[in-house]
Amino acid sequence: MKELKLMKGNEAVAEAAIRAGADAYFGYPITPQSEVLEYLMMEKPHERTGMVVLQAESEVAAINMVYGGAACGRKVITSSSSPGISLKQEGLTYIAGAELPCLVVNVVRGGPGLGTIQPAQSDYFQAVKGGGHGDYHLLVLAPQSVQEMSDFVGLGFDLAFRYRNPVMILTDGAIGQMMEKVWLDEQKPRMTEFPSWATTGKSADRERNIITSLELDSAKQEKFNLKLQAKYRKMEEEEVRYEKIGCEDADYLLVAYGTSARICQKSVQIARSKGIKVGLLRPITLFPFPKKPLFELAGRVRGMLAVEMSAGQMVEDVRLAVNGKVIVEHYGRMGGIIPSPDEIVDALEKLIKKGE
Amino acid sequence: MGDIESGDIIKDENLVYSKTKVLTDNVMHYCPGCGHGTAHRLIAEVIEEMDIQSETIGITPVGCAVLMYNYLDIDMQEAAHGRAPAVATAVKRLMPEKFVFTYQGDGDLAAIGTAETIHACNRGENITVFFINNGIYGMTGGQMAPTTLVNMMSSTSPYGRDVQMMGNPLKMTELVAQLPGTFYVTRQAVHTPSNVRKAKKAIRKALENQKLKKGLSLVEIVSNCNSGWKMSPVQANQWMVENMFPFYPLGDIKLDGKLVNQE
Repeated sequence: MKELKLMKGNEAVAEAAIRAGADAYFGYPITPQSEVLEYLMMEKPHERTGMVVLQAESEVAAINMVYGGAACGRKVITSSSSPGISLKQEGLTYIAGAELPCLVVNVVRGGPGLGTIQPAQSDYFQAVKGGGHGDYHLLVLAPQSVQEMSDFVGLGFDLAFRYRNPVMILTDGAIGQMMEKVWLDEQKPRMTEFPSWATTGKSADRERNIITSLELDSAKQEKFNLKLQAKYRKMEEEEVRYEKIGCEDADYLLVAYGTSARICQKSVQIARSKGIKVGLLRPITLFPFPKKPLFELAGRVRGMLAVEMSAGQMVEDVRLAVNGKVIVEHYGRMGGIIPSPDEIVDALEKLIKKGE
Repeated sequence: MGDIESGDIIKDENLVYSKTKVLTDNVMHYCPGCGHGTAHRLIAEVIEEMDIQSETIGITPVGCAVLMYNYLDIDMQEAAHGRAPAVATAVKRLMPEKFVFTYQGDGDLAAIGTAETIHACNRGENITVFFINNGIYGMTGGQMAPTTLVNMMSSTSPYGRDVQMMGNPLKMTELVAQLPGTFYVTRQAVHTPSNVRKAKKAIRKALENQKLKKGLSLVEIVSNCNSGWKMSPVQANQWMVENMFPFYPLGDIKLDGKLVNQE
């Protein structure tokens, strides 16, 4: 049975992981996401479901524990925040290269460096363009509420196993820390059977399973790279998720994800009360990015405004998607500052004036 | 003698030695004279003798032994450089009934993976760590390792390891023996038949210890690197005995959770 609770976004991720039948969580404390590990330790999931929870010595160790668990075909999750996610990049490229499923939550804070502990969206490039070395992608989900923090855990595991690919929930300190009501999924049992590729011990009836990202033969490595790319194209065909609000009659379009999208919904109301016909397209998957709906809307609107808590990262993907068909501007705040609905409307009015 | 058929000699009752089935038929890439091949064989033989081929998961390092999964017929994972103890931690925690080992060189275990090694040891993860120490980075072409001896030459210490400039060689095995999480810590070698027999016993003990659930077992094997050391295999073994063993003395360092008194 579903259950209604009032929770922080970070707690919702932790509870959803237990309920999704996760086998293990490996993590390291960092603000603003430490509640994930704290909640799990408090909940004793080893008693509830047998789930393993371990505080690692570093984010580096944690992501490599994820590698080891995922290679056994288990549902494994880790979480961190920006500086910690940078440390996990080595592990993530190995996980992508070994084609292992796992779930990584990035509760983004402002950067660069140690930056701030306040919310930001400045890790977009790192999340959607690969992050570590080599040609690879994470599948990136961007929740805008505590409800979606919970929902995307189960969805993330499903996608990770469907594509044998790491999935990232890219959220921020605002959603991680804020409390909202959330309908929690019912408890799923943990897996009892594991994928055929998993290193669970070589039984007499099969060849040994080897999990590696190494291939010294260039021709074979390129073939593998092409296979990965085909996987990403399939994601682009089948896994694009987005939400459209007020786009039917829109003259202008806001494009925003996560916390920014939440704020932009208010900006749409304010602008419409002023007589500006504006809509919002909210990418839910950041990779694969909703290129097609944006290209279609580019033929109908006079301008687009990408709103992000960054210096302008997603705006590049919006521009690539519309391919010069319409003007695309960026409005953003940085350093942990969250934009107000009114300043977004001001930015939109400037864009409109520029077009006139 | 000329009319004896091979079938007259190779009879089941005459068989005194055969390759363990846990080793594959792949030709090893190791340099002639290198200790890795012997160390691999001993681990494979112990896995067969303990009848745990279907229950063993090995974690390979980055370094010369990166391709170990080509040679052992068991499920294996290839870890990022130095991270094998973290990878093994998860495998063992998720499948506590399985036998889990890492196989790591000195650069992997004692330099880039120092944190993972110490913390897996300190948590007392119920795994086995095989540590091959040849005092050099073999795979990348003979650079200085954390275990390179003082004044020992390598491609990045071409005039010898200068302690003032490059620091001291690190005795990771003695270091982790101090931690309460380690149960069995020993240093062995595989350059003579007698040492091979001792090393095999240590490997068996280290794997059997996983059944006791008392903590981590670490077997260091002091080995040679004739290519990296720029010596013939025989010279390399002699050099190892004369130079490596005095600094890295062979024998048990910790037995059944207790430090062994060493002179």
